[in-house]
Amino acid sequence: MAAKLNLKDKYRLLTRDLDWEFSYQNRQDAFPYEEFEGIKITDWSKWEDPFRLTMDAYWKYQAEKEKKLYAIFDAFAQNNAQMNVSDPRYLNAIKIFLTGVTPLEYQAYQGFAHVGRQFGGIGARIACQMQSIDELRHVQTQIHAMSHYNKFFDGFQDWSHMHDRVWYLSVPKSFFEDARSAGPFEFLVAISFSFEYVLTNLLFVPFMSGAAYNGDMATVTFGFSAQSDEARHMTLGLEIIKFLLEQHEDNVPIVQKWIDKWFWRGTRLLAIVAMMMDYMLPNKVMSWQEAWEVYFEEAGGALFKDLARYGIRAPKYAEVIEKEKEHISHQAWWIFYNFGHAAGFHTWIPTDEELDWLSEKYPDTFDKYYRPRWELAKQMAAEGKRFYSSGLPQLCQVCQVPMGFTEMADDPGQISYRSAEYQGERYHMCSDGCRDIFLDEPEKFVQAWLPVHQILQGNCGGSDLEEMLRDYYRMNVGADNMDMVGSPDETRWQKWKGAA
Amino acid sequence: MPVHAITPDYRGEVRDAQARFGGNILVYIGWDEHLLFCSAKTFPLPSAMTFAELKANVLPQGFAQHPDFAHINWDTVQWQLNGRTLQAQDDQTLAELGFDHKSLLRFKTPGLNGWRGTGV
Amino acid sequence: MSKVYLALQDNDMSRYIVAAVEADNPGVTVIYQPAMVRMEREDSLTVRRSTVEAQLGQSWDVQELHLNLITLGGNVEEDDEAFSLSWVR
Repeated sequence: MAAKLNLKDKYRLLTRDLDWEFSYQNRQDAFPYEEFEGIKITDWSKWEDPFRLTMDAYWKYQAEKEKKLYAIFDAFAQNNAQMNVSDPRYLNAIKIFLTGVTPLEYQAYQGFAHVGRQFGGIGARIACQMQSIDELRHVQTQIHAMSHYNKFFDGFQDWSHMHDRVWYLSVPKSFFEDARSAGPFEFLVAISFSFEYVLTNLLFVPFMSGAAYNGDMATVTFGFSAQSDEARHMTLGLEIIKFLLEQHEDNVPIVQKWIDKWFWRGTRLLAIVAMMMDYMLPNKVMSWQEAWEVYFEEAGGALFKDLARYGIRAPKYAEVIEKEKEHISHQAWWIFYNFGHAAGFHTWIPTDEELDWLSEKYPDTFDKYYRPRWELAKQMAAEGKRFYSSGLPQLCQVCQVPMGFTEMADDPGQISYRSAEYQGERYHMCSDGCRDIFLDEPEKFVQAWLPVHQILQGNCGGSDLEEMLRDYYRMNVGADNMDMVGSPDETRWQKWKGAA
Repeated sequence: MPVHAITPDYRGEVRDAQARFGGNILVYIGWDEHLLFCSAKTFPLPSAMTFAELKANVLPQGFAQHPDFAHINWDTVQWQLNGRTLQAQDDQTLAELGFDHKSLLRFKTPGLNGWRGTGV
Repeated sequence: MSKVYLALQDNDMSRYIVAAVEADNPGVTVIYQPAMVRMEREDSLTVRRSTVEAQLGQSWDVQELHLNLITLGGNVEEDDEAFSLSWVR
């Protein structure tokens, strides 16, 4: 019997040796996307594959993960475990997940399938193809896990349709479309490195741990199962960066620019996760700020210290990002509270205990800037005038978030307004970070599909808001939207718990 | 380079040009120190609208929900249009005052600094 | 000096892996959070196949780590004998 191959040899035979030389075709015709971004690759064989995962092992371990996962889904459904969540308010975070994150997994699947075809190096192609399959698995497992909740709670019915249309979902959607419409190397720096290596940890680790702490075993299980793939993706992200930086010194400024752009875009996108952590988990594990310090500052700090030898520095505006950790969860939840009548999930005023927890966790900012908003909201609600902001907000041209972010340098009580003119047209941004991104590629961002402007152009149907929510967004108006207090979700829950 | 594209001389379509708003211009209006409103708001307005009409019809739509609104002394309001101080007469139109498409109008109400003076 | 970290699902299999990591990595910090366990150490951390097998009492392939893995930080190096994370190359 032949000796068993060791891991490195097996990896070489089943991966690297699958590649072939181009004898009668021009290599550039085969890989047309490889050069236009200005990235210089001199030797693809230097690509490192730390996990050395081959297709046979990939299927074996993925199959095992799936078996474990679906056993838990079955047990969860058979035990009516939806009744074990801490509080029905919690499910609203899962509605955001299904409409805002799951479709991104699908975009990641498409994006990695594309770049997995476009790279000239076999190591990179195989890693991207595996990741592409992973991402499709995430879509499927997430839909399966959350479909159980669709039987019992509102707002889970039309998530992919909503992803394409609903105002706040243009934030995650446009983030990924920006990455996918870039070249293949920018896509990898955007998604594999900036997004996966540092930022998705904040969603899939502390938030999922929080899901477990709130009795949602289905979500924590799909979350951690997905994250076990992400650990591989993170490693891919780190290797890509090192590979690009080692290939040619001309790559360094290009990569730095992409890091600056995508870390900033990521922090804007994660404002939604920040509010999920601080406001939507009834049982608290850690604050957004604490999670940010562990997974961004500490983990990212170690990473950028390691990359300094290539001439890479920490992302631009790191000092703004550091201050924003004490603000963005509050600003994001306040935006949704303002427009809770137009959201596909419920919003609410935090309980007094929760307000106190926020004061304790954010001693420098919460009482000064955010508690007064809730005190006024409480007063208005007590007068029977629950506050829903009239009209439509101003949006940032780049991140598409309503412009509710404030000045971190000198006045966190003042909205941060930035603008730029391009070819006679004025554009508005929420920050210097978003403004830089616009000015670097204005021809890309003048095309932004800003939901508010689309509504005002008459492209979203409906002569009034309710018609638009019902016919264009396909929300069940009066059930999916509005405050948690008095919602059908709340009424049913109380009935099930015998408290009505 | 205005965009990094594989297509030479790629040009994006300006999706929010004025022509797409049925003869109106977009005006964003924000009330400083009143963060009950999470952000400035977007209004499609005819540029022939007078400043008096803006104050009488548009601002209440956007901001009357705030308890301070009823107490505004309009003679002391400080206006800022696209970063510059704006001195406006009631009978001037938005066009005459320099409002153009996607202008930002900010206003401050001295003495009214939000709910209980908190900027909210 | 920077910390590397490795987080695993808090389940039965992970108990043996954590025990092996504790045996092989002096000074490792083990933090338990809901449903997960996070191990941190300055500069490097190694999961050794032989130590896990001794804890487990049966054979174990290093790649089985993927079944319980949640996240990690540091440069990865994996072969038949060990999985390691480091910030010093």
